[in-house]
Amino acid sequence: MRLYADFSRCSGCHACQVACSLNLFQENNPKKSALRIIPHFPVPGTYELKVCTQCGDCAAVCPTNAIKQNSKGAYYVDYAECNLCEACVPECPEGVMFIKVDLANHSWKCDLCGDCVQVCGTDALFIDEIDAPVRHSASSQAA
Amino acid sequence: MNGYAGKILRVNLSTGKISKENTPAEVAKNFVGGRGFGAYFLFKEVPSHADPLGPENKLIVSSGPLSGLLIPGAGKCDFTCKSPLTGGYASSSLGGLFTAEMKFAGIDSIIFEGISPKPVYLFIEDNKIELRDASFLWGKGTITAEKELKEMLGEEFQIAVIGPGGENGVSFASINHDYGRQAGRGGVGTVMGIKKLKAITIRGTNSIPVADLEGYRKAGIALYKSCKEAEGLKFWQSYGTPGVTSWANEVGAFPTLNFSAGSFEGAKTLYGQVMREQIVVTDKGCFGCPSPCGKYSRMKRYDTQVEGPEYETIGMLGSNVGLADIQDVAQANYLCDELGIDTISAGSVIGWAMECFGKGILTLEDTGGIELRFGNVQAVFSLIRQIAAKEGLGDLLSQGVKKASAATGKGSEKFAIHVKGMEQSAYATHNATAMLLAYMTSDVGAHHNRAWAITYDIQVGREKVTPEKVAHVIWLQNFRPMFDVLGACRLQWVELSIERDLYVPALEAITGVHRTWEDLEKVGARIWNLTRLYWARENDGFDRQWDMPAARFYEDPPTTGATAGQITSLDNVNKLLDIYYEQRGWESNGLPMPTTLEQLGLTELVA
Repeated sequence: MRLYADFSRCSGCHACQVACSLNLFQENNPKKSALRIIPHFPVPGTYELKVCTQCGDCAAVCPTNAIKQNSKGAYYVDYAECNLCEACVPECPEGVMFIKVDLANHSWKCDLCGDCVQVCGTDALFIDEIDAPVRHSASSQAA
Repeated sequence: MNGYAGKILRVNLSTGKISKENTPAEVAKNFVGGRGFGAYFLFKEVPSHADPLGPENKLIVSSGPLSGLLIPGAGKCDFTCKSPLTGGYASSSLGGLFTAEMKFAGIDSIIFEGISPKPVYLFIEDNKIELRDASFLWGKGTITAEKELKEMLGEEFQIAVIGPGGENGVSFASINHDYGRQAGRGGVGTVMGIKKLKAITIRGTNSIPVADLEGYRKAGIALYKSCKEAEGLKFWQSYGTPGVTSWANEVGAFPTLNFSAGSFEGAKTLYGQVMREQIVVTDKGCFGCPSPCGKYSRMKRYDTQVEGPEYETIGMLGSNVGLADIQDVAQANYLCDELGIDTISAGSVIGWAMECFGKGILTLEDTGGIELRFGNVQAVFSLIRQIAAKEGLGDLLSQGVKKASAATGKGSEKFAIHVKGMEQSAYATHNATAMLLAYMTSDVGAHHNRAWAITYDIQVGREKVTPEKVAHVIWLQNFRPMFDVLGACRLQWVELSIERDLYVPALEAITGVHRTWEDLEKVGARIWNLTRLYWARENDGFDRQWDMPAARFYEDPPTTGATAGQITSLDNVNKLLDIYYEQRGWESNGLPMPTTLEQLGLTELVA
């Protein structure tokens, strides 16, 4: 399973990011979330959403094996094992592998908790099989 | 303090001094946040009879305890000052992402004092706070300036910015944010302009402390669940506020040709459904909003974009000035946004000027050769530009409809549609007594959002004047503005009909303080009475005459549309006020009795 983003439906409200930070950090701070919202305003006036596709590229390059798979098959960061080497960050094709040393002393990523989906009022976010039909793969569309 | 960032930022623009103080716990207890903080600091800190355009006036920008949290629409920011438009209390609400970013930067309120000697913008990035030169932005439109600032500082910065309207001292200048959100009413942008504060830019990376994290998370998600299951969600997401246009026209509430009627012949091409089909590109939400009413539109004819038009703008810059094409209205909206003026007041003064022209009170000489007839789209565009620049007839109109009509005379005061100098927003009230009373007694002048009572009028009998009806208006006035106090949006309650008690456990988990809605309504009444005292303190001779509506609504029944031949009598207008004052615990002159102040815990503050 993985998270999908149909960003033609995204209204840029950031509720997903707040829910995400509450899950990952038990904090109310959208700067510490595992989704990216990229607004394109004033022209053309659209939002782009970047989410984890659970491709596993981050885990493949992690020298400390800090990125593991949970019971849902989603890759998550074992914070205690992360040494902030940053090998994972450039590997992420969606730019949603995060290291911000001023905000946390470990890397973070989507663990497929699904809280973002629960609070998305426009159904821009949803969870489906990794190889779901193309119509679900809006996260790779150009903005 | 849980739910709060904990600091008030004070910026003296005259001296350049920037300081922080703790958010006072007692003020948080009694006034909660947002509009409550604004009203408190205005009353307490701005000296009596201060010149709204002088250094003594302050601009108070406040978040609330729900702002920036996992609560539907938790992005409501309050801007309070002494109004240059009305001379009384001004409080205008801004949606978008700005106020959440204030909280993430560790700030509950920003209080701007004094006047800067040169154009500046306030830069905030967590604890790095400084006034920076803004001369390179001065004179630029709000959209242009915001884009430039974002390119310079980064996309994550949230920006509130004024345009030429605010710089030039138009009395109803707006503050703009996120390419289309405004604090539009009462001249809050005028005060920002006089202070030579072009913009506020914020980026914050802090977390907001809460009392019970898991309780908050659960209560927050329950609110979202309720919104997502709401029957009205799809309609509201599709059309937003323009969804009510067809209804307003059908019930005769749609402001038409300077409020001379409540139904517009060309209304059908302004309906929300037409707008969605013809110009809407993207649904745009405020912070944490599951039901985005923001409609981002593209006007192919003009090669422009705008967030909007909202229902209010469709009414005031559409039917009220005789425009029936949604692209024209959206373009007028764009011009007002870019130039930084309020679309509601702009539509009102232009509608008034058009009626003056039709009656021969204003002539081609006055208009500089413009055929100022209802429906003349180029005349509307020209006047918007002239108002923002304070040039030609725009100089007169930029003062607002009360002052413009007083200066013009010749009976034009009778069809200047305002209360207390605030142009009436887009609900025609020829025969809607609760809505009329709501406008008459609104704390900022004739604005709709304190008590949107017009659906109640239709429900219980629009012409009725009863104690129950007045009580309902008072309840709305105490309750609805509490959303602006808490820093979240009321529209999930209004439009999606979600249970308001769902907010109670969320607020408790966030702040650690148990408050029922009855407790919150008492805070609402406290703020309402404080702002009433502010009007009286600032305006010698303030009395019930200030609560009178435009004469049109008791003298001049429409001849067309759903309300043709209908009017509220002057006797009933006075009866509404008598009952209202009695139920509010106010004297017959409209001022709160000492016992009322005592009950609300205001005696000491106002002494």
